[in-house]
This record gives sequence, structure tokens and C-alpha cells, in this order.
Amino acid sequence: MALDKPYLDVPGTTIFDAEQSRLGYHLNQFCMSLMKADNRARFKADERAYLDAWPMSEEQKQAVLTRDLNRCIAAGGNIYFLAKIGATDGKSFQQMAGSMTGMTEDEYRAMMVAGGRSVQGNRVVGETGDAQADRQPQGRAGQKGAA
Amino acid sequence: MARITASVYTSHVPAIGAAVDLGKTDEPYWQPLFKGYAFSKQWMKDNTPDVIFLVYNDHATAFSLDMIPTFAIGTADRFQPADEGWGPRPVPTVIGHPELAAHIAQSVIQDDFDLTIVNKMDVDHGLTVPLSLMCGQPQAWPCPVIPFAVNVVQYPVPSGKRCFELGKAIGRAIASFDTPLNVQIWGTGGMSHQLQGPRAGLINKAFDNDFLDRLIADPAGLAQMPHIDYVREAGSEGIELVMWLIARGAMADVAGGGKPHLAHRFYHVPASNTAVGHLILENP
Repeated sequence: MALDKPYLDVPGTTIFDAEQSRLGYHLNQFCMSLMKADNRARFKADERAYLDAWPMSEEQKQAVLTRDLNRCIAAGGNIYFLAKIGATDGKSFQQMAGSMTGMTEDEYRAMMVAGGRSVQGNRVVGETGDAQADRQPQGRAGQKGAA
Repeated sequence: MARITASVYTSHVPAIGAAVDLGKTDEPYWQPLFKGYAFSKQWMKDNTPDVIFLVYNDHATAFSLDMIPTFAIGTADRFQPADEGWGPRPVPTVIGHPELAAHIAQSVIQDDFDLTIVNKMDVDHGLTVPLSLMCGQPQAWPCPVIPFAVNVVQYPVPSGKRCFELGKAIGRAIASFDTPLNVQIWGTGGMSHQLQGPRAGLINKAFDNDFLDRLIADPAGLAQMPHIDYVREAGSEGIELVMWLIARGAMADVAGGGKPHLAHRFYHVPASNTAVGHLILENP
């Protein structure tokens, strides 16, 4: 019988449920390993070799190597685990969150200072808000893409 | 007998901890936020409890995906601030209260809430940022703290209704402890925020302020709100707000006592990616 997952129609959002968690177990545990300074150093020295020691999918490894956090999340990653990669790279939570919108760091910070992203048009897939799939990437990157 | 004298609610954004630790609280970006807690720091000095029961969530720090307890009570005599990847925060060691924690575990489990008992655990920004906001930068925290970690990272997280009922059970447990202790219960996390995907940066001031209104005046009604409403309206990480219902459920009016006094209310956007909300409610 199908499970109740009423959150699948929220745009631009992947809920880290038991299914995603199972998919992303090794990816997220790799991230946990970066909480140790020695491991961070070994990862930085040779990222590919470090990742190859984990039973992760090639898609998960590529997502990490390219620091594409949306791709990491689609492959079962969770932001609190992925944040350990950001910490290793010296990135803040705001830089990490902003990277998933396509906006530059300055554009994202300005949006937050101006009160954040509006929920209007961003509650359900198919509305017209800026988090909808047809409006990615956001910010100047999106304008260039449209030109 | 022990008694809950007040409940405190606050966001626990990690960047707030970094601002405190790096001496940035007077910068224009942070000044309005810390101004909102000036009252609270004085209130904390004037109303220092014997113990704080602090409801928070671990952010992939003490609990990886190896084990995911829904409700975990810290029964150790001390808890170290965790290295979350940036190095441990330069804040005091958290001293626990093993006797009261063990008493609450026994009572609440007998009340049908299956707590995980944790005797060894580091505590992350979810627990230490609220202490910094309320206490500043002391050499030692002003009293022992019982950490109570709730899983709000992997879905399904506990419902608001279950959190509210758990708060009632914690209230009964504290009231049955024979030593006359002044206990505060804190609910932390929230308010609206989303840290992932193209919808990152979501803030919903109308939702947040309605949540604050209802938490004060109609917590039983608020506890009926389903998860999906938090996700849709307050962002995927806004779900942390269910933890506030644990603290609210332990207040006297829920068990037939008098209404709480609203000592302080504050709301500010933004702190990094997040809307910050804060309440202090005193039992009569």
C-alpha cells in the first residue's frame, strides 16, 4: 500500500524521508567522516581516492566532486550532513543554501536581508513563484540563460 | 517538589553562535537581533533557574544515520560542545542534572513515551546557541542543563500533537520530583526557514507571527497542525517548530492551572537563512 507523502508537490523541495535516507546512507556517512580533521585533510589531498573508499554510487561521487548540492540532495543527501563538505571548503550555511538557487552569494544575501523568499506562488508545484522548476536558475544566471 | 516556573522559546541559528563567538554582535547586520535579546539576558539573571530542560535537535552531529532516535534525553553529568566541522564553539561545558534527567526518563517512559536514554553525547549549536542568546558569554553556564534531542532531520518527524502530549508528560514528571527545584523548559529551533533546493531562503512572516499568537493563546489547537502545513508554509526546516510544542505542553495552564504571563516577545528577519522568533512565558 502506498505511504502517505503529502509533501511531494512542494516546489524546489526534497523532503529527507526514510526512502531518501536509505538511498543516501553512504553519501551522508561520508559527510560525517569529515567532522574529523585528519579525514578532512585526506579528503582535500585526493578527493576522488577518498570517495572511492566509500560504497557510494558514481552519481553521488560526481555530485560531491562538482559540489552540486541539488544533485547531492537528489541522490539522498541531507543538508545537515552535506554541510560538513561546506565546512571542509570553508563555506557558510548561507553560501551553501544560496548555491542551490543559482543566485550569486550577493544576490542570495540581498534576498534574505530584504525579508527572504516569499511563499506566494511557491506553495505547490505549478504555481508561478521563483522556486518553480521553470524559473531555474534564479538571479542573473537565469537572465543570462533566457537571453 | 520541583516546579516549572517558565518556558523560553527561541531559534537556534548557527550563524548567531558564530556572531557571538567572533565578537560581531554590534555589527549593523546583527545589532537588531541581539537588541531583541537584551531583555532576555537581564530576565535570565533575575530568574536564574536551578535546571534548564532544553528541547533542541541534533544536526547530524551526535547522531549520524547510524542511529536516529526520535526523542533522546541526556542523562550524563556533562556534555561537551561539539566540533561540527568548524571546530568546537568556545563556550563552557554543559553540566547535566543526572538525577532529575533519570527521574524524567523513568516517569515519561512509564507514561508511554519511548525515550532513548543517552549517557554520552556532544551537544551542537541547537543547544548552545540558545544558551548564548539567553546568557551571553559567561565562564560557566548559570545552571545545569538537561539536553532533550528531537529528530526533526529525517522524516517522518514526531507530530505537533505528539510533541504537545510529550510536553504534558514531562510536566508531570518534573512535578513529581521530590527535590524543590526551579525548572525552566526551553523549546528551540525555527522559525520559518528552508536550507535546501531552489526554494532555499523561504521566509513566511505571517505564518510565524500566527504561530507565536497561537502558541501563547491556543497551543492545543496549534498542536493539531499537520506536518505538511509547516513544510509548505514555513519551509522544510521550519518543521523544527514542533519542538516548541513540547515546552508549551509542560506549562501549567495545559494541566488546568492559570494562564502564563507573556514576559517577552520578539521577531526578526533575517539571521543568515532564518526567521528568528522568541518568547518568554512565565507560569503564574
